[in-house]
Amino acid sequence: MSNFFDKSDLSRKDADKIVSDTLQNCDDGELYLEDTKSESILLDDNKIKSSSYSSDLGFGFRAITGEVVAYSHSNEISKDSLKKSSENLKSTLKSMKGTYNHDISRSNKKFYEDINPLEQKTLNSKLEVLNKVNEYLRKKDNSVKQVTTSFAGEQKSVEIIRSGGEVLTDVRPLIRFNVSVMLEKNGRKETGVYGIGGRQSYDEYLKNDNWKTVCEEAFRIASVNLESKPAPAGEMKVVLGPGWPAILIHEAIGHGLEGDFNRKKTSAFHDLMGQKVASEGVTIVDDGTIDNRRGSLTIDDEGTPTEKTVLIENGILKNFMQDRLNARLMNTKSTGSGRRENYRHVVLPRMRNTMMMSGNQTQEEMIKSVDKGIFAVSFGGGQVDITSGKFVFNCTEAYEINNGKIGSPIKGATLIGDGPSILKEVSMVGNDMMLDPGIGTCGKAGQGVPVGVAQPSILIDKMTVGGTKL
Amino acid sequence: MVKDQEYLRSKASYCLDLAKKLGATGSSVTVGHSISETVNFRNNTLDESNRSDGLAISIETYLGKKRSSISSSNLLDDNIKTLIEKCFETTKNTPEDEFNSLPDKELLAKEIKNLNLYDETHFDNEKKIEYLKELESVASSEEKIVNTESSFTENKSNFILANSDGFCNGYKSSSFSASCVTVAKDENSMERDYEFTSKRHLSDIKGAKELGEKASEQTIRKLSPNKIGSEKISIIFDKRIAKGMLGAFAGAISSNAIARGTSFLKDKINEQIFSETINVIDKPDMIKGVGSQIFDSEGVKSDTLNLIQNGILKNYLVDTYNGKKLNLKSNGRCGGTTNLYFDNGKISFEDLLKTNSKHIYVTETIGHGSNLVTGDYSVGATGFLIENGEFKFPVNEITIAGNFKDMFKNITLASDLDFEYSVNSPTMMIEGMTVAGK
Repeated sequence: MSNFFDKSDLSRKDADKIVSDTLQNCDDGELYLEDTKSESILLDDNKIKSSSYSSDLGFGFRAITGEVVAYSHSNEISKDSLKKSSENLKSTLKSMKGTYNHDISRSNKKFYEDINPLEQKTLNSKLEVLNKVNEYLRKKDNSVKQVTTSFAGEQKSVEIIRSGGEVLTDVRPLIRFNVSVMLEKNGRKETGVYGIGGRQSYDEYLKNDNWKTVCEEAFRIASVNLESKPAPAGEMKVVLGPGWPAILIHEAIGHGLEGDFNRKKTSAFHDLMGQKVASEGVTIVDDGTIDNRRGSLTIDDEGTPTEKTVLIENGILKNFMQDRLNARLMNTKSTGSGRRENYRHVVLPRMRNTMMMSGNQTQEEMIKSVDKGIFAVSFGGGQVDITSGKFVFNCTEAYEINNGKIGSPIKGATLIGDGPSILKEVSMVGNDMMLDPGIGTCGKAGQGVPVGVAQPSILIDKMTVGGTKL
Repeated sequence: MVKDQEYLRSKASYCLDLAKKLGATGSSVTVGHSISETVNFRNNTLDESNRSDGLAISIETYLGKKRSSISSSNLLDDNIKTLIEKCFETTKNTPEDEFNSLPDKELLAKEIKNLNLYDETHFDNEKKIEYLKELESVASSEEKIVNTESSFTENKSNFILANSDGFCNGYKSSSFSASCVTVAKDENSMERDYEFTSKRHLSDIKGAKELGEKASEQTIRKLSPNKIGSEKISIIFDKRIAKGMLGAFAGAISSNAIARGTSFLKDKINEQIFSETINVIDKPDMIKGVGSQIFDSEGVKSDTLNLIQNGILKNYLVDTYNGKKLNLKSNGRCGGTTNLYFDNGKISFEDLLKTNSKHIYVTETIGHGSNLVTGDYSVGATGFLIENGEFKFPVNEITIAGNFKDMFKNITLASDLDFEYSVNSPTMMIEGMTVAGK
């Protein structure tokens, strides 16, 4: 755990005093201190292209009264700098008066260990793995023309000081291992990308020569795409594979259920609470409490312990995801979903691990039931327009389905749908729920945070596929 | 106040000296300081104020052909010392790469032209609030507008780039930006749209009234959209989307993608990429330009580049490392393009709308559907159906798809270019793309 005060002229006592003094007439707020050590090591084009290390230290000071948020941040942890921030907050809120809410829940549960993954593996042994990946793939097939592989790791220590001197802390490890391969055959080039990661040491993810599995998967995706035909264009049935394709849930439903958009009534879901928004059998949760997952958090960035929040139960909309600000204004409780990219950013309600629960059908049954459609196995990114509810995601591995059988692979295409209605088109839910491999980053208002997704195979009766073949 | 050059220089030379003392054969350091203040409004009331004060340092050390880098926001001498030691330790343990080197000395910027990139005016929060009040009262005046969110940001920054070959330069810059996002609602739908302005100088930004009116008008006209059938149809891209084509083009001609062989434009120098009428220019020395720079992030002087001349690809965007790999000299584009634009076409906006009896006019795209390895393009879109030059009705939940190789050859540009942003395009028509809808 970082000691934020040992090299500063600011003592913990001073900080407490400035915080309590600044927030005395406010509804909420806190001083958020953060110390992040991160590294990235990249092998590309047969060479170690970069090895970099970064150390980022700073604070974000927030005061809230009514709906107004005042925020000031700096990377200089000093008495002077904190006082300047305090004045800045006070001047924004000078004409307002609130009552500080001291209530914050506590829990002893932890969902990952206090480790520093950067120090648990030497630079040389990281370089060794990257070189092995490069050699393995280049030897595997002479269609391999480019290999990029990388390690990224960080340890983030946070400390939250609330008015009255309450202190909450967390140490968050996070790692990611990635392989990207480009193949060239008969003048065609295609890439395949795969990665793994989470909140444990590098070696936990690399044991049993697991790096080979990652290589094989990247290679397999690229090989499939070398044979791909133009994708069809128009409305059709879509079968989604289990695991990572759940970014459909994240885009179509997840963002629209974040508290801020619903308080502001700019989400297509804001007036649908308690109503049927999905087919029967569809249950979706957002869970911050799964051990060592990329999207898990022991406490959120306001200090609230995370939880498993039921968003949709058997088709009915049950809850939004809340931070303290939106919860207070909507007369409900924080769900431990208040997150920020780092101390430079304000807290927003965000997803953690968003998951659709298993049903009892099989993927086989789904494919058999489709006359004409596509089977989507892997995706790149997605995006949503919260207000209109329209969302997209990009296939990176997909196949056509003809008369109940899987046919040729098809080129990457964008799929587009309507969030509030898409889950009503889900006609089968598989029994094969799977978590993603731990690689997701979600962007909102310019802030990226690590997230996870999970789902079983599902059949969607109608979606628009953005191919070129009419 | 943003830190002055003297302070940044002293930090930079402390780093270079220390790296040398440790035994580094070369090093380079960037020290920057930036202060920004933002005020957000929502539905005609103050929503958020945000002050950001950030120092940042990044250091690269070389030992022969070995290199590694560190960055930090903690500028205490103590911390910098620990980090440089760590950096140099990592450098020693990193394998050699024959292409690693500081930029060629003769390419470094010698003269620092004044491009008028800094406006010292301080627009204090009270004034930002006045601006946003006016903006929101205009934006929300139409009954159909149910939510408005707007924002004003003022940023001042200063930096120094120094390396062990004696380069040591930097300069101040500023930006003033305002944006407005509005939500409109009718019995059939709820829609969102926006308007945005960003300039180096305060006096050049769009007025509050203009911004609010435009956001509101652009949102209301999207209400009650239809989905259309799937077909091949000519597409007109609004300027704000057309400039995205340049972003994809710039990504595909970056020397990094070319050297790695992961671009559909590899080995296309001196070949016809666009139709003969198309010219693409990257001009770093525009006075007050949003993307202007005097040198790139390695200190290499940047000159104007004619990237596409009469449809022919003339240059890649080259930095030192990838330049050495490709046997090309850096053209000062480490960090990408500067002020990038398509030159004007010959046809007016009005005439462009009439070139076919039917068009889709795209005002927004969503998704990351550009594949720069294959050139395949597929994104979600919203816009309007145009018939005989007239806007008929709004369209959404469609996708548009094609391949850049074909799309680039089928571009027709209108003559309505202006220099609002760092990447700019006139209104653009592309024929032969596929729309997927019902």
